[in-house]
Amino acid sequence: MALLLSVLEQGLIYAIMGLGVYITYKILDFPDLTVDGSFPMGAAIACILISRGAPSLLTLPVCFLAGAFVGMLTGLIHVKLKVRDLLSGIIMMTALYTVNLRIAGKANLPIYNMQTLFDNEAVDSLTGWIPERFRTVLIIFVITILIKCLLDWYLSTQSGFLLRAVGDNDTIVTSLGVDKGLVKITGLSIANGLVTVSGCLFAQQQRFFDISVGTGTVVIGLASVIIGTSLFRRITVWKVTTSVVIGSLIYKGCVALAIRMGLSSSDLKLITAVLFLGILVLGMERKKKVKTDADIREHNKTL
Amino acid sequence: MLTLENITKHYNPGSVNEMCLFDGFHFTVQDGEFVSVVGSNGSGKTSLLNLICGSIDTDGGSIQVNGQDMTRKKSYLRHRKIGRVYQDPSKGTCPSMTILENMSLADNKGRHYGLRRGVNKARMESYRELLSQLNLGLEDKLHTRVGDLSGGQRQAVALLMSTMTPIDFLILDEHTAALDPKTAETIMELTDRIVRKKKVTTIMVTHNLRYALEYGNRLVMMHEGNVILDKSGREKEEMDTEEIMGIFNRISVECGN
Ligand SMILES: Nc1ncnc2c1ncn2[C@@H]1O[C@H](COP(=O)(O)OP(=O)(O)OP(=O)(O)O)[C@@H](O)[C@H]1O
Ligand SMILES: [Mg+2]
Repeated sequence: MALLLSVLEQGLIYAIMGLGVYITYKILDFPDLTVDGSFPMGAAIACILISRGAPSLLTLPVCFLAGAFVGMLTGLIHVKLKVRDLLSGIIMMTALYTVNLRIAGKANLPIYNMQTLFDNEAVDSLTGWIPERFRTVLIIFVITILIKCLLDWYLSTQSGFLLRAVGDNDTIVTSLGVDKGLVKITGLSIANGLVTVSGCLFAQQQRFFDISVGTGTVVIGLASVIIGTSLFRRITVWKVTTSVVIGSLIYKGCVALAIRMGLSSSDLKLITAVLFLGILVLGMERKKKVKTDADIREHNKTL
Repeated sequence: MLTLENITKHYNPGSVNEMCLFDGFHFTVQDGEFVSVVGSNGSGKTSLLNLICGSIDTDGGSIQVNGQDMTRKKSYLRHRKIGRVYQDPSKGTCPSMTILENMSLADNKGRHYGLRRGVNKARMESYRELLSQLNLGLEDKLHTRVGDLSGGQRQAVALLMSTMTPIDFLILDEHTAALDPKTAETIMELTDRIVRKKKVTTIMVTHNLRYALEYGNRLVMMHEGNVILDKSGREKEEMDTEEIMGIFNRISVECGN
């Protein structure tokens, strides 16, 4: 039971980061490595704010804005300075390592015994009737679903349509009289805002900031997105964002099982890498096959 | 009035593949003209349209609209007043979005893309009406992803999308090339209707000499970055396909192939 709860908690927290990666990787077609820096930035901001006595609810908007700002910088580097997408992210990720250390003041900042989003007077009085062990997961569930719905709503607006269009075919965005660079920057901002919020929640659930919590974030995000979108490719009952959330839960579940079976977390990185490669290759296989089917159809039509 | 003055354009400058496409190129289009542009492959037709729309930069010379200099104006700003269908059918639409979503995007062109609903349900009927003019049955496929349509169907949707909002110029690059003969005919007639109704200045590139003659009020032939034939009004009406074919062949012979 404890294992299940921890998988749910972490899976749902990482799902928010996964939604951010979904925006960059799937919608914008932009492999954004900024994520490895903006996730721990959320943790650093949350811990420093809470340790200074700020109300925990404040950490969410502050983290979103900080993340959006960082995403905007990545976008500006890519769009205005014409640096390749992957490199823009690497530059920001590297810069953020120092920034995060500066924010937190040190490489490790615990916030034990302090009031967090999951453990404060307001929560206690509101959710007093719920057994304590379920409270955290419930709060995380509500936040994640709320964010998912907000993102769904945004993607159905005119501005969201542009975001979907720019990753699909950026020529049409120009034809519509809109600056495609601006649309990309907006997308990167929203994505990194979400990732930073995810890091913010992670730190409050774990009750510490550590400079290394960001390492490999982007891989976890990509794994969630790819697992979610390829497992539920044919399902149209729910939105793709839901698939991403479930993908994140599945990923965290697998990791927890692997550790349960005696793997150390240092072995885990290698296994993650291998799994990830496998998923990517399988994903590509499918893509190719779909394409050839379509080609054959096209061909038959012309005959 | 659209004026291109003394345009120079080099591709791959400074490399062994350097080629000079335009050198001292002049071109003027009057308001309300419907220009058909013909010319062999690689004669610079698409490049000309790209220059006008700002998709590629000029190396020298100026581009003006009604006397206002546009040479350095950003491509996306120029497109606010330009409707455009590309030679490549995948460029005019978003494959992962539905026909309805694509048309909604195009319907909002020129206005702010804000946080209002992307699809305006009240407009659906008019989208259906527009689509039914194509005679492709697309009016019943509003919720189909455009990526699942054939290239020709996509090109037809792209034509509608490019002309949904008020524009000063309509730029068509072989927009019927991917269509079957019958659909091509339908789309050409529709194009003509749209141009007449909107009274929009149009430049249409085509390899179909019959369309070039039948539609529009001016005919231009390009060759190696130059305009080698330019007929309008009566002069154009008196031409026939054989005459154009003859000029085509003569050029090819002069070039030694
Ligand atoms: N991006 C580019 N880089 C280098 N050369 C180019 C580029 N685009 C066009 N060219 C060259 O410029 C010349 C004109 O090309 P353009 O596409 O304008 O021809 P076109 O008249 O549209 O031909 P088609 O009828 O085949 O579409 C060609 O010789 C082509 O090789
Ligand atoms: Mg061309």
